[in-house]
Amino acid sequence: MLSIKNLHASIEGTPILRGINLEVKAGEVHAIMGPNGSGKSTLASVLAGREEYEVTKGEVIFQGKELLELSPEDRAREGVFLAFQYPIEIPGVSTTNFLRTALNQVREYRGLEPLDAVKFLSLMKEKMALVEIDQKLLSRSLNEGFSGGEKKRNEIFQMAMLEPTLSILDETDSGLDIDALRIVSNGVNKLKSEKTATIVVTHYQRLLDYIVPDFVHVLYKGRIVKSGTKELALELEEKGYDWIKEEVDSTATV
Amino acid sequence: MSTLTQQEFVLGFFESATATYASLRQLGKESFYAQGLPALKAEEYKFTPIAKKLETSLTDFSPAKPVKISAEQVKSAVFADFEGAVLVFSNGQYLPELSTFVEYIAVRSLSENETTPLGSIAKADKDPFIALNQATFSDGIHISLEKTQEVETPILLLQFHQAQGGQVISPRIWIEAGDFSKATFIDYHISLDDTPYFVNKVVEIKGGINTDLTYHSLQQEHNQVIEVSNLVTDIQKDSQFTSTQITLSGDMVRNNLTINILGSNSVGNMYGIYLLNGKTHVDNHTQVDHTIPHAESNELYKGILADQSRGVFNGKIFVRQIAQKTNAFQQNNNILLSEDAIINTKPQLEIWADDVKCSHGCTVGQLDEEAQFYLQARGIDKTTAKGLLLYAFAGEVLDKIEVDSLRNHIVAKIQKRLGSKF
Repeated sequence: MLSIKNLHASIEGTPILRGINLEVKAGEVHAIMGPNGSGKSTLASVLAGREEYEVTKGEVIFQGKELLELSPEDRAREGVFLAFQYPIEIPGVSTTNFLRTALNQVREYRGLEPLDAVKFLSLMKEKMALVEIDQKLLSRSLNEGFSGGEKKRNEIFQMAMLEPTLSILDETDSGLDIDALRIVSNGVNKLKSEKTATIVVTHYQRLLDYIVPDFVHVLYKGRIVKSGTKELALELEEKGYDWIKEEVDSTATV
Repeated sequence: MSTLTQQEFVLGFFESATATYASLRQLGKESFYAQGLPALKAEEYKFTPIAKKLETSLTDFSPAKPVKISAEQVKSAVFADFEGAVLVFSNGQYLPELSTFVEYIAVRSLSENETTPLGSIAKADKDPFIALNQATFSDGIHISLEKTQEVETPILLLQFHQAQGGQVISPRIWIEAGDFSKATFIDYHISLDDTPYFVNKVVEIKGGINTDLTYHSLQQEHNQVIEVSNLVTDIQKDSQFTSTQITLSGDMVRNNLTINILGSNSVGNMYGIYLLNGKTHVDNHTQVDHTIPHAESNELYKGILADQSRGVFNGKIFVRQIAQKTNAFQQNNNILLSEDAIINTKPQLEIWADDVKCSHGCTVGQLDEEAQFYLQARGIDKTTAKGLLLYAFAGEVLDKIEVDSLRNHIVAKIQKRLGSKF
């Protein structure tokens, strides 16, 4: 589904990603872990099309298409979803109004009829239950005054509405208490299918107790330096990242 | 004094004025000569070189005669789903035959009965354009509301403007509202073609005690129009007055809004949106004078400026020494969409009382790129994303407009301008 080859990206001339290679197949869950500043969020942002990052080398093929050639909105319409680490507050735009605009543009792109108000509302009700989100929250301005947990639940709710093929969760666990973490993870798990894939970007292993990965990759200094199964995440939790840093840094200097 | 006032065509302008209200006109003329048109560096018109604009753009400094208006023109100009009375004007002249007859308000032309105390609210010595209007207005309207008359549907003042030779149109509106009355007015200017002209409008509103008056003003004339508008009102005790000023186009537009709060327990609201593109220049000067204790004023103006447009906002709040327990809030927020757009914004508070709550703030920024990316990342195209954000920005002011048909009309105009539906 997703094939990242030798991806290099920089921001304002500073290289952040220095050759990422990653293959993600339908039905898989990949966890990207790594110490702060290793480039985890940059990878998520580059895939979603954030303009500040300049891709200097490499390619990303998503379902046969050159992902990096597409505008952010077309990536979303093709089925890429980024759950933001810091969801943006937008005063004056209600979640409902915003999502209806988004969903209908996505549907139009996919050659589907726009949803009328009634169908949209019933779809919303169905998806709201998944993440246990209150309708009152959705009629308010997008994320404005939401708690950290409410914002993250809103991200997963949007994901449920847009039904992406590839979901990228950028530090979705940060700032969540244990209940919110359970609700958010449940939502993600219910949305998983054999046709979709998930990339979970996280600093801690905690989230992976709930969203169990098939593969775990460790990102350090802009490269994937170690890949393994979920046991690798447990090892990282126990030992921290220092041993990996040392391993990488010593081979680099040799 | 600007050179314009010395030129002969201004003299001609005074001579060609109507003969009604002779002594009032004479006073206006004297007051105009005493003040002159604002000089280039005059503090009150610092960023708006209106005299220069008039000198270079106006070819014929004489009153524009009323032009013929058809019932069809009226019909197509009224907002969809509008419910309420429509009063029609041609170059400032009230046209009763095209207007709705309403029993709940008394309406007459100013010339019909020369007893209207013009100039008692909008004083000629306060602004040269008030003086100029007082000296030269052709005719205008006198609207009065009886005591306790509550008009639930809005009253639309439909002002058609056209001047073949770049002349001056001087609308003059007098509204007086008896105690405990309530009404909403919509002042809507429409250009009949795209020839240039100068509108110099004066609106005086005299409110009784415990009145609730709203005055919406919508400016969407063509881009060769120069306009100066003065709206002055006195607010008596237990009353509320609300003004909304929506400006979407024009060449150079200057709006002076003056609210004199003369009675306690009253509220003055000043709201505005200016959505500008091209080379449109819009200057909103507002002034609220708190002369008594226990009153409130709220002000919120929002500007969106594209291309080489220019905006000016100046908000004066006076709180006199006696006016304790005043609450006065002011805010002006601007989004610049281009590197060539300019905004000059200035809060100006003079507070002499020591037990008051006053706040002011102005912001100038660009469209939030993070927010735009967030919307795009959900599949919304860039133009729509931008439109949604700008609409949300202006929404706070649009929400203050309680007349649905007017708000829908403005929303449609804004959507069209921003190139997106949402």
